[in-house]
Amino acid sequence: MDQIFFSGTLPPSLIFILGAMLVPALSGRLKQVYLLMLPLAALLMLMSMPNGMHWNTSLLGYDLVLGRIDGLSRAFGYIFSLVSFIAVLFALQVKDDIQHVAGLCYAGAALGVTFAGDLISLYIFWEIMAVASTFLILARRTKSAHGAAFRYIMVHIVGGLLLLAGVVMKISQTGTTAFDYIGLGLNDAASILIFLGIAINAAIPPLHSWLQDAYPEATATGAVFLSAFTTKSAVYLMARTYPGTELLIWLGAAMAAIPIFYAVLENDLRRVLAYSLINQVGFMMVGVGIGSELAINGTVAHAFCHILYKALLFMSIGAVMHMTGRSRCTDLGGLYRTMPLTCLFCIIGAASISAFPLFSGFVSKSMIISATGHGKIVAVWLILQFASAGVFHHAGIKVPFFTFFGHDSGLRPKEPPLNMLLAMGIAAFLCVYLGVNPGPLYSILPFPVEYVPYTGAHVVAQLQLLMFGALAFTLLILSGKYPAEIRAINLDTDWFYRKGGRLFYVVADKVFNGINAVSARLTAGAVRGLAALCDALPTTAAVIITAPVNWLSGSERRNGHAWKAYVQEALATGTVPTGATILVITLGLACLVAVALVL
Amino acid sequence: MKRELKIFDNPKNVRRLLMVFYTSLVVLLISEFFVHMHGDFAWEEMPFFFGTYGFVSCVALIYIAKVLRMFIKRNEDHYDKG
Repeated sequence: MDQIFFSGTLPPSLIFILGAMLVPALSGRLKQVYLLMLPLAALLMLMSMPNGMHWNTSLLGYDLVLGRIDGLSRAFGYIFSLVSFIAVLFALQVKDDIQHVAGLCYAGAALGVTFAGDLISLYIFWEIMAVASTFLILARRTKSAHGAAFRYIMVHIVGGLLLLAGVVMKISQTGTTAFDYIGLGLNDAASILIFLGIAINAAIPPLHSWLQDAYPEATATGAVFLSAFTTKSAVYLMARTYPGTELLIWLGAAMAAIPIFYAVLENDLRRVLAYSLINQVGFMMVGVGIGSELAINGTVAHAFCHILYKALLFMSIGAVMHMTGRSRCTDLGGLYRTMPLTCLFCIIGAASISAFPLFSGFVSKSMIISATGHGKIVAVWLILQFASAGVFHHAGIKVPFFTFFGHDSGLRPKEPPLNMLLAMGIAAFLCVYLGVNPGPLYSILPFPVEYVPYTGAHVVAQLQLLMFGALAFTLLILSGKYPAEIRAINLDTDWFYRKGGRLFYVVADKVFNGINAVSARLTAGAVRGLAALCDALPTTAAVIITAPVNWLSGSERRNGHAWKAYVQEALATGTVPTGATILVITLGLACLVAVALVL
Repeated sequence: MKRELKIFDNPKNVRRLLMVFYTSLVVLLISEFFVHMHGDFAWEEMPFFFGTYGFVSCVALIYIAKVLRMFIKRNEDHYDKG
């Protein structure tokens, strides 16, 4: 590690992770300033580094590269650092050090994944990301959060193991730890395993439901961190290792469409946002799957914009949660009265995710949809247009409507603390700024951009799509046909490891405990039988041994039962006939029996 | 007591907002004739294609979701029960 520590520079990942270690030692204002400095330091470090391979080191004889900086990783590095600053600012009033440390380590690990030039450091940061993020869920300290965190880490351990297996195979195949494009080969187990490991983190259906299960259980501020890193670092890695994989186009289209139906029905607002997160990553997967310069640019641009507006949406609902302790549609409504700023920020986030012209989503999502159009992938183009209208429906209208308008919940919470408002304000400003002026964003994309988002045809088409989707919402709400807000949950694929897991437990319980019970009964029966046998043995033996005496008794001979009763009584009362003849005969016969037995 | 916004407590304001919304829809439909609607597919040039597609897909979305709800809806304590 000498090269790293004595070069005068630190990789952005280590600025966060090593920096996080100092957090518990600080307090008050100093701590708050320090927390905000770390993301800025990482951002400045990244801006000062030219493209190339930096921070090369070695571990156990393997070469590690902690700083592969090129167009692709740089764009993700910028947005990860930027959103960390916003998320740290949003969480600044939190008194729980675990959350600060976990958030910073999580962000640092995501940067580590982004800049990893070798498979080993990639895997190490991948695992740090999983562990650190789990603490943001655990920190809620509720029973359901603990359950969700447990399921979350289990899923990510499986994902991590798949990645590890793939990494080990890849290294032994190629003889090097370096990686770049891998590509999905159906007879290459290593490439399939790595693909599956990334797919779990990218929340590709049916491997997606850990996300909607866990994120809504995190703390109000933790969810902002969670919304940014795990899925987008997976998007980065897919774009790096599997661009142009046709399968991803179709998986991405399914991913963009299916969660919308769930989001429409969902009562918990943060779960609505989790579903729309999966939906948006679906667009990115389509972009990676197409793999053209326009599509990859679109994916990176969309990841950039998405991280900002999704963080903004999670912050606005998080602020509501912070002030009211609630996050369900059925418990909220009418909050615009006393939280107008939060409401405004939420609407800006909603307009951005809906890709309204002049908001950030428009300048990035359009690139991906245009790429499907240029590629003449008709079905996917139609699905993505549907998904665009659908996302406006649930994230664009439903989230702000049911929180800040809709029925009056009677709640009159104040605006959240200043740091939360500032964090939302910065994110909202960037959403509008990038929407109005996409130039700076386009300039950091991996390939030269010739795309022009603002053409008359394009603006009119998008506005028609969205506004007539809004008309459908309006008419359905006014006519009472819109699915009612109800306190309920909806089954998703996490059923398989929640109920399925429980079913497995029940089956295992019944089978193994059944075997146990049968064994216990058998053992108990055998012991009892043995005990009874031992108990009866002396009498039985005496009866058998003395039987010839009875037989020799002539006229006094008793039948079997009577003799047994006589012997038992005699033994019990100690009145064994002790006449010399009888004794000799008995002993003699006993000797005979003994000799016979021995022989 | 903190100042409260009450603008939408007045039904008249809600009606006004809806009127603005409906007007903007008409403006959007008309504006289509002032720009050249071109795209990667022929149907993008059909009149009102995007408006129709947006409306129909959102209505379909809601009705499909309603059907889906019949199958997937469970009580909130579904996973808490043994």
